[in-house]
Amino acid sequence: MTAITLNIIVQGILTGLVYGLMALGLSVIFGVMRVVNFAHGEFTVVAMYAAFLLFDMLGVSPLISLLPIAAAFFFLGYALQRTLVEPFISRAEHEQFILLVGLATVVVNGLLLIFGPDARPINLPYSFDSYTIGSLFIDKVRVFAALGAFAICIALFLFFRYTRTGTAIRACADNLTGAGVVGLNVKQLYAVTFGLGFACIGAAGTLMATIADASPGLAPAYTLLAFVIVIIGGLGSMAGALVGGVLIGISEALAGFYIQPSMKSMFSFALLILVLVLRPQGLMGRRL
Amino acid sequence: MPNDQFKFSRRSVLAGGVAGAALLVAPGIVRAQAQTLKIAVLLPQSGYLAQAGQSCHRGALVARQVLADLGYKVELVHIDMESNPDVARTQTERAINEGAHCIVGAFDSAGTLAIAQVCEQRQVPLIVNIGAAPQLTEQGYKFLVRNFPTGGMLVKNGLHQIQALIDATKIAPKSAVFLHANDNFGLAQRKGMDALFPKSGLPFKLLESIPYDPKAQDLSVEVTKIRGLNPDLLLVVTRAADAIKLVRDTVRQKFQPMGIISPGAPGLYDEEFYKALGPLADYHIDALPWANPKSKVTQALEAAYTKAQPKFRFAVECFNVGFTFDALMVAGDAFKRAGTTNGPELMKALKATNLVEHTMIGGPIKFDEKGQNNDIPSASVQNRNQTPTVVLPAEVATMTPVLPMPPWQGRK
Repeated sequence: MTAITLNIIVQGILTGLVYGLMALGLSVIFGVMRVVNFAHGEFTVVAMYAAFLLFDMLGVSPLISLLPIAAAFFFLGYALQRTLVEPFISRAEHEQFILLVGLATVVVNGLLLIFGPDARPINLPYSFDSYTIGSLFIDKVRVFAALGAFAICIALFLFFRYTRTGTAIRACADNLTGAGVVGLNVKQLYAVTFGLGFACIGAAGTLMATIADASPGLAPAYTLLAFVIVIIGGLGSMAGALVGGVLIGISEALAGFYIQPSMKSMFSFALLILVLVLRPQGLMGRRL
Repeated sequence: MPNDQFKFSRRSVLAGGVAGAALLVAPGIVRAQAQTLKIAVLLPQSGYLAQAGQSCHRGALVARQVLADLGYKVELVHIDMESNPDVARTQTERAINEGAHCIVGAFDSAGTLAIAQVCEQRQVPLIVNIGAAPQLTEQGYKFLVRNFPTGGMLVKNGLHQIQALIDATKIAPKSAVFLHANDNFGLAQRKGMDALFPKSGLPFKLLESIPYDPKAQDLSVEVTKIRGLNPDLLLVVTRAADAIKLVRDTVRQKFQPMGIISPGAPGLYDEEFYKALGPLADYHIDALPWANPKSKVTQALEAAYTKAQPKFRFAVECFNVGFTFDALMVAGDAFKRAGTTNGPELMKALKATNLVEHTMIGGPIKFDEKGQNNDIPSASVQNRNQTPTVVLPAEVATMTPVLPMPPWQGRK
C-alpha cells in the first residue's frame, strides 16, 4: 500500500467518524420512535451556525462549545417532540413526512434569510496545521473532530447500556406495549430520545463546522448523507451508523482518488444499492 | 330606437381605423421622441446567482449619476430576473411594454439567451454586460451586442497571460495540473483548455485535468491526488467556496506549488476568499478581463462607487461593476449619436460604436457584424495585501507580479 493510499484511508476514517456521529442522531430517533427525521441535515447546519456564531462573537472554540450546543439541542429536540412531533406519532407515515419536510424547508430558508448564501468558516489557530507521520499528513482539525465524535458515540453507548433511562428507552424500542404495561412513561421517554437524537445532531454539527464551512446549501446534502449511512449500517442500529459512516468516508476518499473526485457521491450510492440488494436490513441491522 | 344609429359608415370606419393606427404607433413615436434613453437593467438579484447579480446591480445603481456627469442622458429601471430564464423572458416583455428603449443584462448566459429572443421579436436592442456562451453572438441575433469575451476567448487570453507571467517573472515551470469544477462553467472551461492548451506553446506539460464536485465537503482527496502528481503550477477553475477549500487543503498537506493561477474564473478574488484565508489568500493569480486602474472613466466610477457603497470594495467588485457600467455607457453613447430611441436606428448606432474611454482594460469598444467585441484582453490580477491588484500587462499594472509565490508558512 502506498503512502498516499494510506493517507487517503486515514482521512476517510476520520471524516467517516464525524459522519457516523451525525447519522447516529437519525438512527436513535428512528430506532426508538420509528419517526424518520427529514429535517436532520437542516438542524446539523443550524448547529454549525451556532458554533460559528459562538466562535465569531465570543471566540469560543467549537471543541469547547460542543457541550453547551449539544445540551441546547437536547432541549430543542425535547421541546420539538412534545409540541410538534408527538401529535403525529400515531398518524400515517406520509403525514410525519410532510411535517418534517415542511420543518426542513422553514429551517433552511430561515438560515438563508439570516445568514445569506455565503459559506461561514471557523478559522481556528490550528485550522491549517497537520500532523506529519512519515509521509502521512493528517489534518489536526480532522483528528480532533474524529476523537470528539468517537468519545460522544462511546458515551451514548454507555448511556443506553448502563443507565436506567437508557434501559427504559431500549425497552420502548423493543416492545412498546410491554413498556407501557410495566408503567414506563412512554411519552416522556420518546421526548428524551428525540432530545438525545438532537444532542447528537448538535455535537456532530459543531464538530463538522471545524472541517466544513457552514452554508444553508449543505443541509439537504447532509440529510441525504445521513440516510445513506444509516441504511448501509442498518436503520436503528447505533453501531451500524458508526460503521456506515466510516465505510462511506473511506469509500468516498478511495473512489475520489482512484476513479475521479467528481464521482465520490456516485460511489456512495452504488454502495447503498449494493447493500439494499444483498442485505436489505443493512450491515448491522436486524433482519426484517 | 332607429337601427341606423348602429350602422358603420365608410367615414366612421376610416376614422376609427386612423385612430386605432395612431394608438398603435403612439408608443413608437413617443419612444423615438424621448429626450432620455430608458434602459431596463435585468440582473439575477435573487436566486443562486444573487451574489454576482447584486454586485452588478450595485454597479448599475451608481452608473446613472456617473453617466450624467459624462453627458449621457439615461433613465434606469432595475429588474430582478431571479436567476431564472423564464422570469427573464416575461420581465423583458413587461419592461418593453412599459416603455424600455433597450435592455442591459443579464450576467447569466441562459437568462440572456431568453432575453435575446424577446428583444429580437420586439426589435429592441440588448447590450450584454456579462455572459460568455458563444451562441449569444453565433445565432444571428440582429438586436444584440456583447461587450464581454466568449468562453473560448477567456481561456485563450488566460493562457496568453500565463505565458506573459512566465516571461515577466523568469520562472521555469515544467508541469501543471488543471483542476476544475464539474459544473456548466467548469466543463466549458475544460473544453476550451483541451482545445487551446496544445496550441498555446506554453513551456510546460499539462499532467492531468481533474474535475471536482462543487458540492464536496472538502478537497482533501483532490489535493492528495495533485500532491502525488507534484506539478509546478496549479491551474484552477473554481467558485468562491471551493477556492477556499482548495487553498486550505493545499496548506494542510504542505503542498507548495510555484503558483495557483486561474485562466479566467471567479473564486480567487472574492471578498469571501479574503475573509476566510487572510494572508493565505495572497499571491494567487486570476487571468481575466479587469478594470483599467489608469482609465479616467474607471477612476470616476470608483469615486462614485466608494461614496455610494461604503460596505463594498471597488477593487474586489470591479469586474461585475465595470462590465455593467460599460454596457450602460455603450447604450448611452449610441443614443447620443442616434438622437432617437427607435429600436432599429438605435441598433444601427450601437453597431457603429467606437468608444475609446471606458472602464475595462482593452482598446476602443467596437462590435463586429455579429455584435461581438473582440478586443477584450485579460489582465493578470494578483492578490496582494488581500486586494486584487493588476500586475500585467505592464502598461496598466500597479504592481509587478511575484512568482514563485512565497511559502505558506510564515505568512503574515
